[in-house]
Formats: sequence, structure tokens, C-alpha cells
Amino acid sequence: MSAVLAHDARVRVGGMCVRLTTTSTRFAGILEQRFAGFMEPGREADYTFEVEVVDPRPDAPDADVRVWREEGLWRIERGDFRAVLDPRTRRGRIRQAASPYSIDTLLRIVHTLSLADEGGFLLHAASVVRAGRAQVFTGVSGAGKTTLSRLAPPGADVLTDEISYIRREAGGYVAYGTPFAGELARPGANVRAPIEGIYLLSKGPRNRVDEVAAPAAARALLGNILFFAEDPALVRRVFAAALDAVESLPVRRLTFVPDASVWEVL
Amino acid sequence: MTRYIARSPDVAARTIGGELMIMSGRDSSLFSLNETAAALWEAADGATPLAGIVDRAICARFDVAREEALADAEALAEDLARHGILVVSEAPIPR
Repeated sequence: MSAVLAHDARVRVGGMCVRLTTTSTRFAGILEQRFAGFMEPGREADYTFEVEVVDPRPDAPDADVRVWREEGLWRIERGDFRAVLDPRTRRGRIRQAASPYSIDTLLRIVHTLSLADEGGFLLHAASVVRAGRAQVFTGVSGAGKTTLSRLAPPGADVLTDEISYIRREAGGYVAYGTPFAGELARPGANVRAPIEGIYLLSKGPRNRVDEVAAPAAARALLGNILFFAEDPALVRRVFAAALDAVESLPVRRLTFVPDASVWEVL
Repeated sequence: MTRYIARSPDVAARTIGGELMIMSGRDSSLFSLNETAAALWEAADGATPLAGIVDRAICARFDVAREEALADAEALAEDLARHGILVVSEAPIPR
């Protein structure tokens, strides 16, 4: 007789709902806390995972995450988790400790795999909505994503200070709020907005915005897109998605002084 | 020794802003090729000997001595092959 699955969490990010079932009450509580504002009970699931919560491995190697396709299944592994996903049925299994960081990483990966099929991507970037339009600020760690988010003017919605969710939809590119937070350590606003432009961040002595040539923009975007899989077909899709975005959206360089005056040039 | 070169099927490539960008499907490394390197890559059909490609795609279009162009092309082909974006063979490469 199969075990009764006591908890059913549905985390909806970027319009995509991932259903996580678990018998662990503790883990269900972690999900509620980690993905507050993005839980949608009863929402139809796009992906479903059974999560088996196990004791943490004291010897878990601090290895990079690995994502690869084997006999038609996606396999996703790191020292602290192991998952398998059947892309045809969109169902899978996860084995991990009751850690918010493990499931956070897994969800990011599932979204990158799904987004690549439709020309979207997750980007190391803050994104902020003002007057109904999203501005996306991309850069490596330390470039100023969280700083810019903290300085956002009153009335602006911070979608994320760390991982921007970018989808290509019928009317153009759209940014979605995500629960994938950086130093702000709180989920973004769960709203969506068409993207006005992408800014490559750098700090400098004064605020300025400069045009960026398409090849440099493409290199910057490709360098900052979250991408895990060892799979040539997926590489081609991510490459195409990044270059399509560069050809469709304004990409500029924002050099800024880390104070609120930066928003005057945007 | 006659050499043949062919574009690897496991890459993504597109010209953007006048620059040929290539991403390796094997390790996701990204390359930007200059005009002469792009001419070589685009002519790499697996059937034309490298020397013939140099004559047709490099020497006919750029002001460069044939011996120098051929030496540069051989070095570039080896480099691109190491990164898995070009296949180099002593026999024609079936497509």
C-alpha cells in the first residue's frame, strides 16, 4: 500500500506552477516560508515532484550542480540533493534534506529547463517595475543588483534583487517577480510587466547610461544567464534565446553612483 | 598533408552586430570570430580541402600572402577543433 502524501505545496513562478508533495511536515513549513507570496493552493500543476526528505549527509561534497539528460530523463544532482524529471510527463522525484536552499536551487533549474523551450531564461539580475514597465539590471555578484533594488523609488515594485525571470510572450518580453532572493533576503513582488530594457551594471563616479553594441550585449547576457545542463540541444536553445532578446530589447550600460540619484537617469 | 575541416554539429552560431558568435554545445564556452576566422568557419564544409578554402575564402577576399594565410588557418583550425566547434580530418568529412 502506498504512503499517504500529507502535504501538497504549489509554487507558481513566472506563470509556471510546480507541485511538490511531501510527507514531511517540517519541509512543508519550509516551503511555506521560503516561497511566501508564490504559493497557490489548488492551482493546476505544470510539473509535479514527489519530495523524499532525508537526513542531511554530513559528507555531502560541496560540488557544483550537475544537470544532464539520460535515457530521456533529466537528472539533477548536487551534494545535497538528487532529482530526476521526465520531461514528457513533467513528473519527477526529489531526494533532499529539509533545506530551503536545495529546493530553491532545484526549482531554479526546473524553470531554466522549461523556459529554454519557449525562448525565455533566468538571468542574474535585479528587476524593478515603474509605471508598468520593467527595467532589468544584470551583473555579477557585487555589481550592485541588491543596492539598486534597495534604492528603488517609492511606488516601484522590486521583482527580485537576484534572479530575474524573463519570458518571451506574444506581445514581447515580460519580467516576472520571483521568490529567488539575493542579499535582500525576501521574495520579490509577485507581479509581471513588459520589459522596457536591460541594463548592464557597473559602478562609477557618476550616473550615466550608454548604448552597448549587440555583440557585447550578447556576451554579457550569455555570461549572466543561469544555465546548468550539459546538453548541446539546450545550449542551442539558450544561445538563441539570449541573442533573440538582444535583437529585440534595448540593452544599455548603466554606470552608477550607489545612491538614490541613479534613478534619475533611468 | 591535405586537411579537411567541418563545422561541428554540436554548436550554436549566429552573426550579430557583424560579429560571428559561436557557443560550444560541449562545454558552453563562447567564441567571437573575427572576419577572417568567420570566413574560414563558414566555408568549412567538410569537402573542400583547407588549402582550397584558404584560396577561395581568405586569399580572394583579404590582402594576405597565401603561405601566411594557410599557416594561420591551420593554427586556427586546430584551436577551434580543441574547443569542439570545428572538426579537422585528413579525409573528407561526411555531412
